[in-house]
Amino acid sequence: MRDVHVQRDVYVSVAGTDLVRLEDGRFVVLEDNLRVPSGVSYMLTNREITKRVFPELFERYKVAPVAHYGQTLLSTLRSIAPPARDNGTIVVLTPGVGNSAYFEHAFLARQMGVALVEGRDLLVQRQTSSTCGLPPDCKRVDVIYRRVDDDFIDPLAFRSDSFLGVAGLLNAYRAGNVSMANAIGTGVADDKAVYAYVPAIIKYYLAEDPILQNVDTFLCSRAIDRQHVLDNLDTLVVKAVGESGGYGMLIGPHSTARERETFRARIQSDPRNYIAQPTLAFSRSPCFVDDAVEPRHVDLRPYILCGRDQVSIIPGGLTRVALKRGSLVVNSSQGGGSKDTWVLED
Amino acid sequence: MLLSRVAAALYWSGRYLERVEHCTRVIDVRLDLGLDRTPGAREWDFERLYDALLFTRDEDEDLPANPAELIERTIFDPANKQSVFACLTSARENARQVREEISSEMWEQLNALYLRMKDLRMEGTWPARPHYLARFIIEGVHLFQGITDATMGHGEGWQYLQVGRFVERADATAWLLDLQFQGLATAATASARATHSEWAGLLRSCASLEAYWRVYTADLRPDRIAEFLLLNPDGPRSVRFSAECIESALRVIGEHVSRRVAGHAERLAGKLHASLNYGQMEELLGDNPHLVLGSIRRQCEEIHAALYHTNIDYPIETAIPA
Repeated sequence: MRDVHVQRDVYVSVAGTDLVRLEDGRFVVLEDNLRVPSGVSYMLTNREITKRVFPELFERYKVAPVAHYGQTLLSTLRSIAPPARDNGTIVVLTPGVGNSAYFEHAFLARQMGVALVEGRDLLVQRQTSSTCGLPPDCKRVDVIYRRVDDDFIDPLAFRSDSFLGVAGLLNAYRAGNVSMANAIGTGVADDKAVYAYVPAIIKYYLAEDPILQNVDTFLCSRAIDRQHVLDNLDTLVVKAVGESGGYGMLIGPHSTARERETFRARIQSDPRNYIAQPTLAFSRSPCFVDDAVEPRHVDLRPYILCGRDQVSIIPGGLTRVALKRGSLVVNSSQGGGSKDTWVLED
Repeated sequence: MLLSRVAAALYWSGRYLERVEHCTRVIDVRLDLGLDRTPGAREWDFERLYDALLFTRDEDEDLPANPAELIERTIFDPANKQSVFACLTSARENARQVREEISSEMWEQLNALYLRMKDLRMEGTWPARPHYLARFIIEGVHLFQGITDATMGHGEGWQYLQVGRFVERADATAWLLDLQFQGLATAATASARATHSEWAGLLRSCASLEAYWRVYTADLRPDRIAEFLLLNPDGPRSVRFSAECIESALRVIGEHVSRRVAGHAERLAGKLHASLNYGQMEELLGDNPHLVLGSIRRQCEEIHAALYHTNIDYPIETAIPA
């Protein structure tokens, strides 16, 4: 991405910051999620269903609506189109029906009224990307809301065995003929070791103190931190820096001796790849599980849309629930659930 | 040969059922909008709902105070001649008089919907989940329409059902649009968010939100919404689409009716269709949308009157050769 000018200087159009609430009531940032945050379709669908099933609750509370997310996302994407392409074509790029988030891709395409395309539906010609329909219908594409990871997005530039991307897309992107949300490379910020530096980055570039704190993080690449981590494997949470979805984690208090030994070996052989954090007692919320209401751990992912000149935060978000009793893992890929989330108007 | 009495019953059946579906959907959308709190939005805008459905009230009659009361009065109350249940009863009564003309499956579906609605009112479980009630009613009507298309011959009788359905639909869509523009003129204070949900509400009331998205993307702009609801050739709820269906149904009907009397209603429908077919948004709506929308509704009324006058309630002399 060196020497690549990102359209309108917007690298991250959609952010889904994961927040947790601690014992003292403070909200802290658990993860930044700047690559391809997912789950917003759950936010919208949960609301729709909750309104149907419990209309009387909405009568009593003043709940701010979230249904305009599709329109806001569309304006955000439109605002990062290449110059003079303000009314250009926007598409959602999906890996296809086999992807676990395919429902969301189709959902968002429908909510925005734009085409849902796969890599095989696009072609790059003279550094301009087009979507191809039935001949002679080929239409220039100006903004791609891509739900395909960097590695797979262009077999000429990245993984050559990828069938999910579009050959030559990176060149069209570098030439400024097509915008992408989010920009290529934003996943760097999701690296859990980079996370530890975010407060310092904010301080350095913006000369501001972050309003939401981060969780204390030990970088195993630092000798002093590493020793602390290795000495306290049974109380800490160890995470591989490049993993997501609740994979590659050791939750100390819930781990077996053998699991701890495996992680000890991994940390020692590749310290840069691991960080550790205190096991958080993050908040719980009542959940209806097996005919009874029980407490379950939750986190909150609000969605932040950042366009050319406007940042919009949808008054709602995705509350993720660790459905297993006592579990701290809320990821849907690990059996987590979700809840409707309300922001109340005064 | 189709008896004029039978034609009238089929026409009214189609009209009343369309009204059942339309009213139910408008009520459902209004109740849903009332659950969102946008700055500047009023709590339950039942006055607007009454206007949208053209429900009249006695002078000393208050608006419903809450959703349960609204549903009782506008959906279930058989004494209120405008209620959904009253319309369903009329549709069923008309169908009952022409049972030999329609398929058994059609009658069974309509009768089942009617009986089930009576039960639902008795059971009293509906107030907590109005959306599911609305869905049940609308699906019931859709099922009837599907059964009709699949089991009844698409002959003259079927065409009368079509005319009734689409005259009602064209009129209802034009009125909702008219009302929206009138509201727009008076409500300059509403927040952008509230205005947005009102326009989305209009499209949802016409079962057209997703169809609109597909044509114009999620940007909700009043001029495009008006264009979609008036002029879209494919949207089954647009006025243009309805006019086309009315015209083609009347053309088929015309082929069966004596040359001397036929044609007036068809000509009126053709005029309406053509004006929408070849009309441009700017010249149609111009500065005063109310003029055009009012005229569309008048034309629907004229089509209805012409059809009645020539095919249903005609002077006997016109039918007997001199």
